Amino acid sequence: MSREILQVSGLSMRFGGLLAVNGVALSVKEKQVVALIGPNGAGKTTVFNCLTGFYKPSGGSILLDGQPIQGLAGHEIARKGVVRTFQNVRLFKEMTALENLLIAQHRHLNTNFFAGLFKTPGFRRSEHEAMEYAQYWLEKVDLVEFANRNAGTLAYGQQRRLEIARCMMTRPRILMLDEPAAGLNPKETEDLKALIGTLREEHGVTVLLIEHDMKLVMSISDHIVVINQGTPLADGTPQQIRDNPEVIKAYLGEA
Amino acid sequence: MSRNLKSAFFSALLVWAVAFPVLGLKLSIVGISLQVHGQGPLALSVIVVCSVLMFLRVLFDKQWSAMMRSAPRGALISPKVSNFLTLPRTQRYIILGLIAVALVWPFFGSRGAVDIATLILIYVMLGLGLNIVVGLAGLLDLGYVGFYAVGAYSYALLSHYFGLSFWVCLPIAGMMAATFGFLLGFPVLRLRGDYLAIVTLGFGEIIRLFLRNLTDLTGGPNGISNIPKPSFFGLSFERRAAEGMQTFHEFFGVEYNSINKVIFLYLVALLLALLALFVINRLLRMPIGRAWEALREDEIACRALGLNPTIIKLSAFTLGACFAGFAGSFFAARQGLVTPESFTFIESAIILAIVVLGGMGSQLGVILAAIVMILLPELMRDFSEYRMLMFGALMVLMMIWRPQGLLPMQRPHMELRR
Repeated sequence: MSREILQVSGLSMRFGGLLAVNGVALSVKEKQVVALIGPNGAGKTTVFNCLTGFYKPSGGSILLDGQPIQGLAGHEIARKGVVRTFQNVRLFKEMTALENLLIAQHRHLNTNFFAGLFKTPGFRRSEHEAMEYAQYWLEKVDLVEFANRNAGTLAYGQQRRLEIARCMMTRPRILMLDEPAAGLNPKETEDLKALIGTLREEHGVTVLLIEHDMKLVMSISDHIVVINQGTPLADGTPQQIRDNPEVIKAYLGEA
Repeated sequence: MSRNLKSAFFSALLVWAVAFPVLGLKLSIVGISLQVHGQGPLALSVIVVCSVLMFLRVLFDKQWSAMMRSAPRGALISPKVSNFLTLPRTQRYIILGLIAVALVWPFFGSRGAVDIATLILIYVMLGLGLNIVVGLAGLLDLGYVGFYAVGAYSYALLSHYFGLSFWVCLPIAGMMAATFGFLLGFPVLRLRGDYLAIVTLGFGEIIRLFLRNLTDLTGGPNGISNIPKPSFFGLSFERRAAEGMQTFHEFFGVEYNSINKVIFLYLVALLLALLALFVINRLLRMPIGRAWEALREDEIACRALGLNPTIIKLSAFTLGACFAGFAGSFFAARQGLVTPESFTFIESAIILAIVVLGGMGSQLGVILAAIVMILLPELMRDFSEYRMLMFGALMVLMMIWRPQGLLPMQRPHMELRR
């Protein structure tokens, strides 16, 4: 199919005497949707934190387009196009939805001090483009009417959508969603599924997600990786995972 | 009931314990020793009345709160008015109105009034600068006065040793203070909240102690005196000009009047304050201003979006300090004298109080708070002994009634194309 964008091998993370992640390997192809599943405390979020630079992994290698990125700072990895959401929504609550989206475009804006001070044409243009792009995504996630509402006052499902839109502002290549469907009702989960589909089809984004909603995972993933107690248990297509006796024993449960 | 009675009794006792040493005793100097006297019957009766009131208040606590609850709960200001006042556009008009008043002020006010207004403007500048660090970036800085001192001493030293003029030193002082802000920024990057406050507090004190103990360079506790005032395009406002300078009154052929100097200083302060207002107002609407606020809200989310927290924090510290430097060099020029004692912790506390009182992040709030904080003590000179008591009372009342500050500002409403 397409080429590999992210290759993780032998990833391990040690906190003192606790080996939270041990030898996890991932291989993500461009425009794929890859899911990371496993019981609570299996180390899924730790893997995310390692990939996005919030933790420095104790061992293993992470290659983005063949370039090693392990050990880089969080914002440096984000600038390379690996952007994530959080298990508990992390919006800028006291700022409006629109401002949330503008901040995420910081790197693409004219940040020259004097340009901003005197509102040069270049500065105006860059601000205008940012607004346009923000509006485009507000429409996509159906939040236009809430553009000027403080993010903290939005309903939970809306906050989740805004967080994804905010990630898209940074023009990511890999979007990492940490339990995006947690706390959503069935209708919102359907919408999320459609949104992830659009991200992949129209915007060419590769999606890596952690999720407990098996219906969602099985229906959108191209590839699933299961970890249990920090170690990889299985990986394969949704069908292979569903039929894997070890996965059923450790996580899915007997039907 | 008996429990109520007990706590009421202790509350009344507490009033005595607090009020009696503060209000009921008087120190007087007899020869070379201090003697403690009781105050007159008036002060004592005030304390008695207060403690009785406190006793009744606590005794009938339930009835009191029931009464308060049943009373019509009209807010101090109706929500509509309050909403109107916090709109960014309204605040802009109020600021413009204030600027108009400030421009004509010196030509109608008395000499003393202009002098106080100059002082207020210095604190407006400081408040606006600290507002960047505390109000926007959310970094609690208790050593802001250190940068103020750096600015003041930069001008004082440069003029003392090299004879440089105010206008040359102003940008240098700003840059010096900014450099110090940058240097302080580095070690405190990893700190937050209380820890940051303690370190910055220490930094402010270190600067003051340095200035005090570098006697050879800074004159130690005596400070540096005879600092020249700013000139108006090379024209001096003194009665007799220094060598190689002309005086303002000779050049324009008017009678010498010392009030001209006061008015000129006021106008310089106004110019600097307006400059600060303009620059910071623009900064708020620039990507960096938004990034400061985002950092205050959630640093981890900032990192996840590719914003470099290090640079954002450092820029807040540096720019905030820069404005303190400007204010400091003007302060040195106005006083004509700088000593380390002008830069004690209480100054930091006043500036911080201005920011908090004004409503974090709101520029109009900072301006109003600066007026209140400087004007009140001046108006109540007769009660100067109780100044700190009043500060405390003001702060407590603010926390109860308007925890968001005098005049907070709503988020700017940005129009989207339909």
